[in-house]
Amino acid sequence: MPGSRGKSRDSESAAAFGLQERDLFWYLRAGSNQEAEMEILQSGEGQLLGFRDPDENRAWVQQNKTRALVDKRMSAAEAVSRFVQDGDFLAMGGFGHVRVSMALVYEIIRQKRRGLRMAGKTAVHDSDVLIAAGCVDQIEVAYTFGHELRGLSPASRRAAQTGRLKVVAEISNAGYQWRFLAGMMGLPFIPTRNMLGTDTLKKSSAKVVRDPFTGKPVCLVPAAYPDVALIHVHRCDRFGNSQIDGILVEDFELSRCARRLIVTTEKLISEEDIRREPGQTVIPHFLVDAVVEVPYGAHPTLMPDLYYSDEQHIAEWLALSRSDEGVQKYLDRYVFGVPDFAAYLEAVGGRARMQQLGRIERYEEPSVAPWAQRDGKGER
Amino acid sequence: MSRQRDYTPTELLAVVASRMLSDNQSVFVGTGLPLIAGMLAQRTHAPGLLLFFEAGSIGPRVPELPISVGDSRTYHQAIALSSMHDAMSLAQAGYVDVGFLGAAQIDPFGNINTTVIGPHDRPVARLPGSGGANDVASFAARTIIILRQSSRSFVPKLDFLTTPGYLDGPGARERAGLPAGTGPFRVITQLAVYGFDDRSRRMRALSLHPGVTPEKIRENSGFDIPIGEGIGESPVPTAEELKLLREVIDPKGVVLGK
Repeated sequence: MPGSRGKSRDSESAAAFGLQERDLFWYLRAGSNQEAEMEILQSGEGQLLGFRDPDENRAWVQQNKTRALVDKRMSAAEAVSRFVQDGDFLAMGGFGHVRVSMALVYEIIRQKRRGLRMAGKTAVHDSDVLIAAGCVDQIEVAYTFGHELRGLSPASRRAAQTGRLKVVAEISNAGYQWRFLAGMMGLPFIPTRNMLGTDTLKKSSAKVVRDPFTGKPVCLVPAAYPDVALIHVHRCDRFGNSQIDGILVEDFELSRCARRLIVTTEKLISEEDIRREPGQTVIPHFLVDAVVEVPYGAHPTLMPDLYYSDEQHIAEWLALSRSDEGVQKYLDRYVFGVPDFAAYLEAVGGRARMQQLGRIERYEEPSVAPWAQRDGKGER
Repeated sequence: MSRQRDYTPTELLAVVASRMLSDNQSVFVGTGLPLIAGMLAQRTHAPGLLLFFEAGSIGPRVPELPISVGDSRTYHQAIALSSMHDAMSLAQAGYVDVGFLGAAQIDPFGNINTTVIGPHDRPVARLPGSGGANDVASFAARTIIILRQSSRSFVPKLDFLTTPGYLDGPGARERAGLPAGTGPFRVITQLAVYGFDDRSRRMRALSLHPGVTPEKIRENSGFDIPIGEGIGESPVPTAEELKLLREVIDPKGVVLGK
């Protein structure tokens, strides 16, 4: 607080915001508004995953990311074989069970990638099957091990509880998002006001410093530069100029901080279509390394406006993944037993099923929740 | 209480939570019970309730309970579709009045655990982690926590402090650098509604649900909770609220059937 401001005014404004006198004391004391040394107050013990010196990353970008309009169309198999390597730090676009590039997730399993380290930024079905299949063995967790309202994820919890999967750091959703933002901005870190005072911070890779402007403690989340990110979009052109409908979650930032980016798309459109509505472009082509056209490529997750999540399929996974044998049965049936994603779609019900999910998404047919119960047993 | 109750404990939770929300407030919600409370409030006493979702939906009119927190149902008829960076930044900058959270464990200061039961490196039970909970509890002016109460969930010390309540007491949030004047406001369980003492920042009972005795509160808590003399009874659901919950908001019983 500037010294010229009277306490009465502070009390008034504090009262207006429901602050107690006691809070005000700490508010005034903590916020001396004087320049302070930027000392490190606390360092998280978590592993620093995917961090790079911004200059190192700039040099890599300048050497490896072409600005030319190059036709980047290829198959999912080729994209994964060229751009996803064993040991990579992997981040998925979308959020939870929404707009996740499952076509590439299944392809990674089919190609038996190993030692992947994953950004558990509200990672659900994607991380669960990748962990269960043995592809991912380290994860930084904002939200993992759950299938949202459907319940917890048996397979990845089993992996964590038996030590097959190592949780290398904890973080929050906003924390992860801002790791990507720092990476996108070419900065080493972003100051934030979350995680402070908690074990989440203690197990994170963040640090707490004294903010030189206010004198208050502030959290610094380190930049993240994933080796590869996989993002599913509504439409893009052959060069990778991509449009997404609905909420972006953190894909704007993720597409800009990842070194390699594979875009899967529901639909290919022309460069002229892109140039007609450039305001719709979320990801410009020079960020993209591969373009894979995969209709229904987010199945069994939801693709906004196009199809709802396939709750029957997810329920089947949740039931099978209660045991390692069940996991193997699922993978044999839907990944190793089919040559590609088109064959997978046939195995999960084909065109008729996809059209039904479309009707559910458009509210033309009610959604189902096979894993839920309203059977009178609900304590009424 | 001789009258047969015609609602479940979960329905009561939803109704009690809903009545804590005021018209024209902004509320940061996930899906599940918090959203059900928000949807019910919008359809009853708070039509101007402004919902924020972490994945970037702002001000939707949610038609039915979404299953995923980024589900297109979360942005039905929204006023803006944006990003997590935007939603979380707005919260950090002070635009969120109420944050609504669930929890696996809670301590007397309203700190919560959703990360792990047992040691972090050798978990007995691994849980999902913070998700957006740490962010919401850090940024929202007031936080409301909803959970099932038992002696295992109300613990004197958490296995892991995922999300900040009042940390270790008065002034601790501000000392840690969290935004001034924020913190948990209410805890709602199937047994009672709790608040926090202004001086000690410890949990205390504000109202017991119909038919709940102080003994029952004690049996279902691992720490002592002060219960004032002549404490009131929590409100009970109206027929209209129950009808909305069962027929409109969660007809499949995704949450309310539990």
